Amino acid sequence: MLEIKNLHAGIDGNEILKGINLTIKKGEIHAIMGPNGSGKSTLAKVLAGHPSYEVTKGEVLFEGKNLLELAPDERAREGIFMAFQYPIEVPGVSNAQFLRLAYNEKRKHLGEEELDPLEFKDLLKERAKVVEMDASFMSRSVNEGFSGGEKKRNEILQMAVLEPKLAVLDETDSGLDIDALRIVAGGVNQLHNPENAVILVTHYQRLLDYIVPQFVHVLANGRIAKEGGKELALELEEKGYDWLKTAADTGTLGVQAS
Amino acid sequence: MSTVEILSKQEYKYGFVTDIESDVIPRGLTEDTIRLIAAKKNEPDWMLEFRLKAYRHWLTMTEPTHWPNISYPKIDYQDVIYYSAPKQKAVKASLDEVDPELLKTFEKLGIPLTEQKQLAGVAVDAIFDSVSVATTYKEKLKKHGVIFCSFTEAIKDYPDLIKKYLGSVVPTNDNFFAALNSAVFSDGSFCFIPKGVRCPMELSTYFRINNSESGQFERTLIVAEEGAYVSYLEGCTAPKFDKNQLHAAVVELVALDDAQIKYSTVQNWYAGDENGVGGIYNFVTKRGKCAGKNSKISWTQVETGSAITWKYPSCILQGDNSIGEFYSVALTNHAQQADTGTKMIHLGKNTRSTIISKGIAAGKSNNSYRGLVKVMPKAENARNYTQCDSMLIGSNCGANTFPYIEVMNNSSNVEHEASTSKISEEQLFYLQQRGISQEDAVSLIINGFCKDVFLQLPMEFAVEATRLLGMKLEGSVG
Ligand SMILES: Nc1ncnc2c1ncn2[C@@H]1O[C@H](COP(=O)(O)OP(=O)(O)OP(=O)(O)O)[C@@H](O)[C@H]1O
Ligand SMILES: [Mg+2]
Repeated sequence: MLEIKNLHAGIDGNEILKGINLTIKKGEIHAIMGPNGSGKSTLAKVLAGHPSYEVTKGEVLFEGKNLLELAPDERAREGIFMAFQYPIEVPGVSNAQFLRLAYNEKRKHLGEEELDPLEFKDLLKERAKVVEMDASFMSRSVNEGFSGGEKKRNEILQMAVLEPKLAVLDETDSGLDIDALRIVAGGVNQLHNPENAVILVTHYQRLLDYIVPQFVHVLANGRIAKEGGKELALELEEKGYDWLKTAADTGTLGVQAS
Repeated sequence: MSTVEILSKQEYKYGFVTDIESDVIPRGLTEDTIRLIAAKKNEPDWMLEFRLKAYRHWLTMTEPTHWPNISYPKIDYQDVIYYSAPKQKAVKASLDEVDPELLKTFEKLGIPLTEQKQLAGVAVDAIFDSVSVATTYKEKLKKHGVIFCSFTEAIKDYPDLIKKYLGSVVPTNDNFFAALNSAVFSDGSFCFIPKGVRCPMELSTYFRINNSESGQFERTLIVAEEGAYVSYLEGCTAPKFDKNQLHAAVVELVALDDAQIKYSTVQNWYAGDENGVGGIYNFVTKRGKCAGKNSKISWTQVETGSAITWKYPSCILQGDNSIGEFYSVALTNHAQQADTGTKMIHLGKNTRSTIISKGIAAGKSNNSYRGLVKVMPKAENARNYTQCDSMLIGSNCGANTFPYIEVMNNSSNVEHEASTSKISEEQLFYLQQRGISQEDAVSLIINGFCKDVFLQLPMEFAVEATRLLGMKLEGSVG
């Protein structure tokens, strides 16, 4: 589904991603971990097409298409979804209005009939159950005045409405209380199926207790420093990142950066 | 904002010209011009006197070119045509006798006038250049005691009301443009809602400038007697010409005890092209007097057109407990300039006013809010709340806020909040990441920004306003 080859990207001439290779097949769940500032969010945003980041080298293919030449909204309509580490507020625009617009854009793209506000209301009510979100949030302005945890939950509500092929969840777990974490993780599991894929960016094992990845990648200093199965996360929890950081810089871990 | 660039190519869809034979007077302005206009309209002497008095004042006044934050080439007032009327039968027995060319024009503008097609729930006075060509639902309204007719008819049929209220809110010598209007105004609408009547439908006037050389000088007078209520809408468009046309209107509102007037405008005069060639010069004096206790006047305006907008819909809060409101969205793009805002003059006790102004500037336009809140010595416990937000799209435009606050009573409370924002790249990216195109994202953010004002508009107008803003900004971010 997604193939990232030797991806280099940065901002204002500073290279942040220094040669990322990653392949994701449908049905898979991947976790990306790594110290603060290692480039996890940058990778997510580059995949989503954030205009501030410049790709200097490498290739990204999504279902065989060159992702890098698509505008952010085109990528989204192709089925890429990113849950933001810091969701953005849109004053004066209700959640329901925003979601309906986004949902109908996708329908249009698929050549399907758009839903009117009433039809969409029913659909939204259904999808909101996935993250147990109260109806009162639908008439409020997008993320405005939402608590940190509510914003994160709202991201997954959007995922539930848009049903992406590839969801990149950037630290969706941080800021969630224990119950919310369980609910949100449960939601992601419900949405996951053999036809789609999930990339979880996280710092904590506890998310991976709920959403179990097949692969864990550790990013350090813009490179994938180590890869493994779900047990790698446990190892990190125990040992921290220091041993990886030095190893990544000296290239002694056997994961090749180019 | 690195990606923002102005390249709007949106066509102005009301830019067509109607080919119709008109009765046009020669250019220029003298006492004779005024006598000629009065004669064409068969006006009584008192009306001519009103005009001449205004004209003589006007001659002594100077155009306010210094304080407004706008600039334009000197207007040659002798080069303007002050009266242009489509030729048609003088007396129309029914709306169906109106020149088909005119009916077609208004239909094209979305304002069908014939009996069969009239908009439900809205009575329309249609003004074409200098004259009213039709007023719908007149008879139905009359049954409720509501008078809704052209100004020309009002002068003939209701001279006492006109004599009593004309100039009672905006005196002939109020300002340069009001004086000019008082001298040469050719038509407009008159609405009178008698005591205790809630007007059963929305009243509206649609202004159309068609002649490239003539100005439009119209007059609106709305009187709501004790306990009456009316909601009034105003719309306007003009063809695209390379030349600028002058529009200098005066609107007066009078609300007696417990009366309410809600006045909404969606202004979409031709704004000129990307380089600022052509477009309407819009110099308008709008003022409402809350003459009675517990009365209320609300102005809601969505200003999207005109090359130049100079406009300050205001409220004189004379009656105790009276309320004045001003809700405004002013959008400027390309080379447009707007200097708009309001004046809230608190005279009575416990008077309250609210000002919500949203200015949006794109292209190389200039958008200023100018507002005065004045609390006079006797206005015990007066309250004002002002919120004034500007949004900039791109980096070549300007937004300014000029709030003036004069308080002469210690028990009053005046609050002012202001903000300036840009559409952030992060916001756009967030919306685009959900599959919304950049243009739709801009329009969504702008509509969110304007929500507090749009909520005040009647339903159909709100839809129109939303669509209009999107259209006006199409291509302005990219
Ligand atoms: N817009 C930007 N301008 C300047 N530097 C940036 C920008 N975005 C990212 N960076 C830098 O790139 C590096 C990687 O940042 P990124 O946000 O990708 O890290 P992260 O792995 O997501 O960290 P965290 O775990 O703290 O979320 C950091 O050093 C950061 O300061
Ligand atoms: Mg991050």
